Amino acid sequence: MKKQVLAAAVVFFLVGAAAYGAFFVAPTERTMGPIQRIFYLHVSSAWTGLTAFFVCFVANLLYVFRRQPQWDWLSVSAAEVGLVFTSVVLVTGPIWAHPVWGIWWTWDARLTSTFILWLLYACFLLLRTLVEEPDRRMLFSALFGIFAFIDVPLVFGSIRWWRTQHPQPVVMGGSGSGLDPTMWKVLFFSWFAMLALMALLIRARYMMESARGALETLRQESEAV
Amino acid sequence: MSLLSNTTVLLGKELRTEFRSRELLTTTVVFILMIIVLFSFTFDPTYTESRRFGPGLLWLAFLFAASLMLQPCFLREQNNDTLSALRLSVGDPFAIFLAKLAANTLFLLFTELLMLPVFAILYNVPVLRVFGQLVLVFFLGSLGVSIAGTALSAISAQARMRELLLPLLLLPILTPVLVASTQVTAGLLDPSPFIEWQGIGFLVVFDVVFLTALWLFGEYLLEE
Repeated sequence: MKKQVLAAAVVFFLVGAAAYGAFFVAPTERTMGPIQRIFYLHVSSAWTGLTAFFVCFVANLLYVFRRQPQWDWLSVSAAEVGLVFTSVVLVTGPIWAHPVWGIWWTWDARLTSTFILWLLYACFLLLRTLVEEPDRRMLFSALFGIFAFIDVPLVFGSIRWWRTQHPQPVVMGGSGSGLDPTMWKVLFFSWFAMLALMALLIRARYMMESARGALETLRQESEAV
Repeated sequence: MSLLSNTTVLLGKELRTEFRSRELLTTTVVFILMIIVLFSFTFDPTYTESRRFGPGLLWLAFLFAASLMLQPCFLREQNNDTLSALRLSVGDPFAIFLAKLAANTLFLLFTELLMLPVFAILYNVPVLRVFGQLVLVFFLGSLGVSIAGTALSAISAQARMRELLLPLLLLPILTPVLVASTQVTAGLLDPSPFIEWQGIGFLVVFDVVFLTALWLFGEYLLEE
């Protein structure tokens, strides 16, 4: 318990420091002004969300081959946390886009793919609620998770090749080309803070899922008796 | 060799089952027809507009139809308790998937080709001059839909709310197929038709990737 509180305090400090960096250390962007500072939250959340989905994918593979419920617990925790980070991306995106581009949403490759990504993992979590038997639920959701993750590059490729009629967004064109070195530093620090937050959340969610798993086993045993 | 012969036997069984009742094909044809008509109310299907919206509309109709058509694929085996018998009699479970996805591809392709003249007449699009290329796109698209759909219908057959679940799992996975097929079809239905080989290549990649995934993980989908 004490360790968890300490970890939470560290993560709280890191996220606070990242916010401080975004507001006071990073230089103001020339054309967009202060609104561009949302970039540090937006991009770091996007990368963190993808990292969480990758963790989920690895856990899915490990579950299929090893059949230990721990991997299932990890996969659901990572998927939920990834979904939260992706939601942050989808909310901060329009907040940033509206003053800069004049519209809330554009069907650009990155935005659309992120949206589809969000939908895929929302369906992943939905599937888990609809299969009764625990072993089957774990296996099926792991398999769907694998299919979904394989699909992500294809979704991105297809949308990028055919659906992007708009000019590339100014800031993220060519993977953040022309970004000030300080901006890079703040961005990477924000990502690090977000990754720490992700690890903390996944851990907490994992503990909850493992308690739920233990409860389910106990319940089954008591019914068998 | 045994994979091929097993698949052929199982494919024969799938086709026989369907052609005895023809339930799946007739309902799907009527369903697509209905969507095509209903879509015409959502915009004014004049000549130029129909060219712009037509391909996407057609593929959406195919995708929705497929997500309903693929429902009974494994459900039928489960209701008749024949899945374990199938598994016991076939050495490689991949043959079961291959046969089912081949049958689904054929069913889809058949309904799509049946709907094509109707679509051409109602939306005033000339299709005869690009018929061969259209068949190619329809085949590659339907194959992609069937590979992913057969795999996912094995999952949804064992879940609650399965009628809703299959479209939910399937449609987001099929986004790349929708985008690529629509793009290629749009090129073919253009006043000066052209074939977008990049899109054809993309569909082939999708099919190969998901077929490989099914080959690797299919057996786990059929576990008791």
